[in-house]
Amino acid sequence: MAANNYYDPADLKKFGNITEWSKELGEKFFEYYGKVFEEGALSAREKSLIALAVAHTEMCPYCIDAYSQDGLQRGITKEEMMEAVHVGAAIKGGATLVHGVMMMNKVNKLEM
Amino acid sequence: MLKEKKKQQQSLHKRHSEYAFANKQLEKLSNGVFANGELPTFSEKINETGHFPLRPTKLEILQINVGYMCNQVCEHCHVDAGPDRKEIMTRETMLQCLEVIKNTGAHTLDLTGGAPEMNPNFRWFVEEASKAGIKDFIVRSNLTIIRANKKYYDLPDFFKKHNVHVVSSMPHWTRGKTDKQRGAGVFDLSIKALQELNAVGYGMLGSTLRLDLVYNPSGAFLPGDQTSMEKDFKKALLEDFGIHFHNLFAITNLPISRFLDYLIASENYEDYMYSLVEAYNPAAVKSVMCRNTISVSWDGYLYDCDFNQMLELKVASKIQHISEYNEDILNDRNIIISQHCYGCTAGAGSSCQGAVAK
Repeated sequence: MAANNYYDPADLKKFGNITEWSKELGEKFFEYYGKVFEEGALSAREKSLIALAVAHTEMCPYCIDAYSQDGLQRGITKEEMMEAVHVGAAIKGGATLVHGVMMMNKVNKLEM
Repeated sequence: MLKEKKKQQQSLHKRHSEYAFANKQLEKLSNGVFANGELPTFSEKINETGHFPLRPTKLEILQINVGYMCNQVCEHCHVDAGPDRKEIMTRETMLQCLEVIKNTGAHTLDLTGGAPEMNPNFRWFVEEASKAGIKDFIVRSNLTIIRANKKYYDLPDFFKKHNVHVVSSMPHWTRGKTDKQRGAGVFDLSIKALQELNAVGYGMLGSTLRLDLVYNPSGAFLPGDQTSMEKDFKKALLEDFGIHFHNLFAITNLPISRFLDYLIASENYEDYMYSLVEAYNPAAVKSVMCRNTISVSWDGYLYDCDFNQMLELKVASKIQHISEYNEDILNDRNIIISQHCYGCTAGAGSSCQGAVAK
């Protein structure tokens, strides 16, 4: 058990253990996961950058750890990684701001 | 800051650093997570698949280190090479090597360093060795040496004349990553040298003048898939600089010498050892390079590989020096291993010829 943290870096290595309490679903998930990241219409390199961006928008420390390392292993540069994070941030920021239209609609409807 | 930078331009030996000494490195590799049982030792691990003790197969590669002197001081260098290293193979030892080269059953002769070209007898040695007609004659060139001084400018022609297979280090296709690992200005000089090698025919499609690149990760992580990396390197170097080369060898950094020093100083040592052990691939054990290689040091001693040479682990055989070389006796030995060997069995495996397992 981690002493004082909800998140423990050592837990990332134990990810595979989730199959212990639900073998079939766990194994199906990992099989799917592995398949998703194979070379396809998108290269494994492009997928790694997408994963890194999503890792940030999801604010998942395990995923950030894993896909920063994965990016380095694939020769992805710091500039490429940071641009991917900005793509995530832009969508996240845009997603917040576009709701401003909803707010405007509501205010415009209510206000005289 | 300047003082720190100057220190980085010196070898660990020159700095009298703790990890300049083989016994200190071996001590580090045997203690900690390997002594307290957190991680299995390499011998325990290969024993699981019946590979202990590790034994040679047929000798295929004779690798000769002609000296530790180098014009660069790369951060990850397992040789701890640099301008301040004075260990250089003498002509007398080279003559002993030539006797062996004439009679060896190995199909590959692999000259390495340091920067092998800095040995004053390098050209004579290459001329003599090439007469033996060995199938694949490799020189590991750091590229920048070709542009370091006028006296080296004709190296591409010299290599071509003797049909030398050039294998050169290139950690990335971008300036930033390359210079960070290999020193300021290395990238630009390497690009120029590659263009000059291309100009005499090296690395061109269909050319018999082989030019391969070696990729080492520039940090505490393992190399990615060799085939994908090669594709990315080829695309970037061609688009940006019009450079051609044949193959890319992805080599894992082994936790010894300067790379070990870096791992410890950056507090990455334990995580890196975990990564190596987790990535252990039993299939790679069958093809590790120490099984088909003999490594000769600048002073003529024999080792299972260049890494064991730096750890001063001589072959476990009654034949330990090139002057008494006997291939049959040498091949009947147990290979000396320690935890650094995990570097050669991680993922797709790693050797001086890159990945070893599919």
